[in-house]
Amino acid sequence: MLRAISNRLVILIPYVWLLFFFLLPFLIVLRIALSDLEYGAPPYTPQFSYTDSWAVIWDKLSQFDFENFTFLFSDSLYINSYLSSLQIAFVSMILTLLIGFPLAYGMARAPLGLRPTLLMLVILPFWTSFLIRVYAWIGILKQEGLLNQLLLWLGVIDTPLEILSTNKAVYIGIVYSYLPFMVLPIYSTLEKMDESLVEAARDLGCTQIAAFWKITARLAVPGILAGCLLVFIPAVGEFVIPDLLGGSGTLMIGKTLWIEFFNNSDWTVASAIATVLLVVLVVPIVWFQNAQARATETGK
Amino acid sequence: MPSLGSIRRSFTPWEDAGAKPYISFKNVTKRFGDFTAVDNLSLDVYEREFFSLLGPSGCGKTTLLRMLAGFEEPTEGELYLDGQPLKGVPPHKRPVNMMFQSYALFPHMNVADNIAFGLRQDGMEKSAREERVAQMLKLVKLEEFARRKPHQLSGGQRQRVALARSVAKRPKLLILDEPLGALDKKLREETQFELMDLQQQLGLTFMIVTHDQEEAMTMSDRIAVMDKGIIAQTGTPAEIYEAPNSRYVADFIGSVNILEGKVVSSGDGHVEIDGPDGKFVGAVRSHAPADGATAWFAIRPEKMRVSREKPDGVDNAIKGEVWDIGYLGDMTIVNIRLESGKVVQAAMINQSRIVDDPIGYDEHIWLSFSADAGVVLDR
Repeated sequence: MLRAISNRLVILIPYVWLLFFFLLPFLIVLRIALSDLEYGAPPYTPQFSYTDSWAVIWDKLSQFDFENFTFLFSDSLYINSYLSSLQIAFVSMILTLLIGFPLAYGMARAPLGLRPTLLMLVILPFWTSFLIRVYAWIGILKQEGLLNQLLLWLGVIDTPLEILSTNKAVYIGIVYSYLPFMVLPIYSTLEKMDESLVEAARDLGCTQIAAFWKITARLAVPGILAGCLLVFIPAVGEFVIPDLLGGSGTLMIGKTLWIEFFNNSDWTVASAIATVLLVVLVVPIVWFQNAQARATETGK
Repeated sequence: MPSLGSIRRSFTPWEDAGAKPYISFKNVTKRFGDFTAVDNLSLDVYEREFFSLLGPSGCGKTTLLRMLAGFEEPTEGELYLDGQPLKGVPPHKRPVNMMFQSYALFPHMNVADNIAFGLRQDGMEKSAREERVAQMLKLVKLEEFARRKPHQLSGGQRQRVALARSVAKRPKLLILDEPLGALDKKLREETQFELMDLQQQLGLTFMIVTHDQEEAMTMSDRIAVMDKGIIAQTGTPAEIYEAPNSRYVADFIGSVNILEGKVVSSGDGHVEIDGPDGKFVGAVRSHAPADGATAWFAIRPEKMRVSREKPDGVDNAIKGEVWDIGYLGDMTIVNIRLESGKVVQAAMINQSRIVDDPIGYDEHIWLSFSADAGVVLDR
């Protein structure tokens, strides 16, 4: 009996966590998004107070509306920000996959003694602050930065490349920052894979390349999906990378939200942007999770 | 029409000097860095033969198979299949299929798709493919499991799927790496006979790797006993068991008592050796060790007789004391301590249910055996 109760309590912990650190903050954001802008502190209305009577509360609740949401769709800036974010995140995800898969594959096929070292090297960047690492890219990518100097010295180019403050720099930043999140899940699926499966496929008539696609790549699908999810979702809402490495032309929803919140002090529109972002991201999350569940089921 | 049994019995192509070997290893050496896995090895295997490579782990038997399948290339030497050199031929172009020790079933495909995998690669037409898959499923008695995934099958069922998949393409040669290693004893014994029937039915050449000597003895036409990259002896199960060419082979196959001594006299296919355990006369296998050389008399436990009185007219008799008795039901194993202190093993078949006065612990007894019951080995 006591055991059953304690078991339930253990299961309850993540729910309590989600309630306090996800659902409640989201409800607060939603409440602000439904409010109206007002100059003051805090800059939105209506405000509730403990002394309000039921009638007053009811009156205030009726002031909630979707004005801010309709506003988002009236100005192309916001829709473009969303679309541009999705596009940048998607392209970054593909690039990360293209670089991450061979890395993970090489690691999983490396001699057993070397693997922990390689794994450490992948995780090593996490020991330095994310912000500092993104800052470091400014020094590499800028007009007179390390990369341009190197290329000029090698004679590959005559005039410095313009990378910083363009979308290219944003792609480089995202791919660099999120690469471990792609490599690690793929590595873990590849490492578990029985190598004799590939040999069996070759024995049964597959060329090495065909065996790779039919067996190795196919069985890595759960890892690939997990990696893509881990890169795509945070990349959509990314703010630091486009802010530091991108230019004025870089349109990303995280940046737009920041500007609304801090520069324009428009908490209500910023909250509406955040709410829509969440809804937009729920779709790929659910899709990814279903796909993953299917892949894991068949991959057993 | 002769029965299957009589075909089997008369199947001895290795004795026919004119027979063309189907698989030929010619002075094959394989090194991995400093380690020599296979050392200048030559071996011929004939068509339709059930051939076993037997040896402890690390003796190079699996490397030999992997070279045949094309996963490893020999460092030196040549490999021929049906007269054709195999050098540089990739695995997918060899008319050889392999059954893996881990079965290597594709986890994302069901049983039918696993079996059809090789046929698909060959571009076999759908109807023909389905027919072949059905045939294979029937062969391994898994018709009802066609839609199951490998993880939904038992170990024995998986083993049969792996087998069906590896013979689905009708290879001329099937190589099997420890095919029964993961099964429990009872299932393994049943499957041994199934494998033999299958090989006869399909008319394939089987090359099998195993470390289980009983398995090799039961199934094979011939066995090669391997030791550290070389073949210690090749022969039929009976040859290997009754006439081992070295202490290594004698010891690897079955139980054996080995009595050491110096050769004191020889002649007429027999030698006499004298050592700490006594004087023994034994048959020589091929060439007799020189007088005065160290030799070993190897004798199987079931070929020794235990008696209370010294028997008359036997070639060899030694005194000993009963040290341990192990009753196995069909036979009784008796460990006997010789006067030299060495413990030897004798096996007595229990022909009667009740013995009036069985030999007991600490009894002083005589061990006797004929000169031809064991062999004298020079290494």
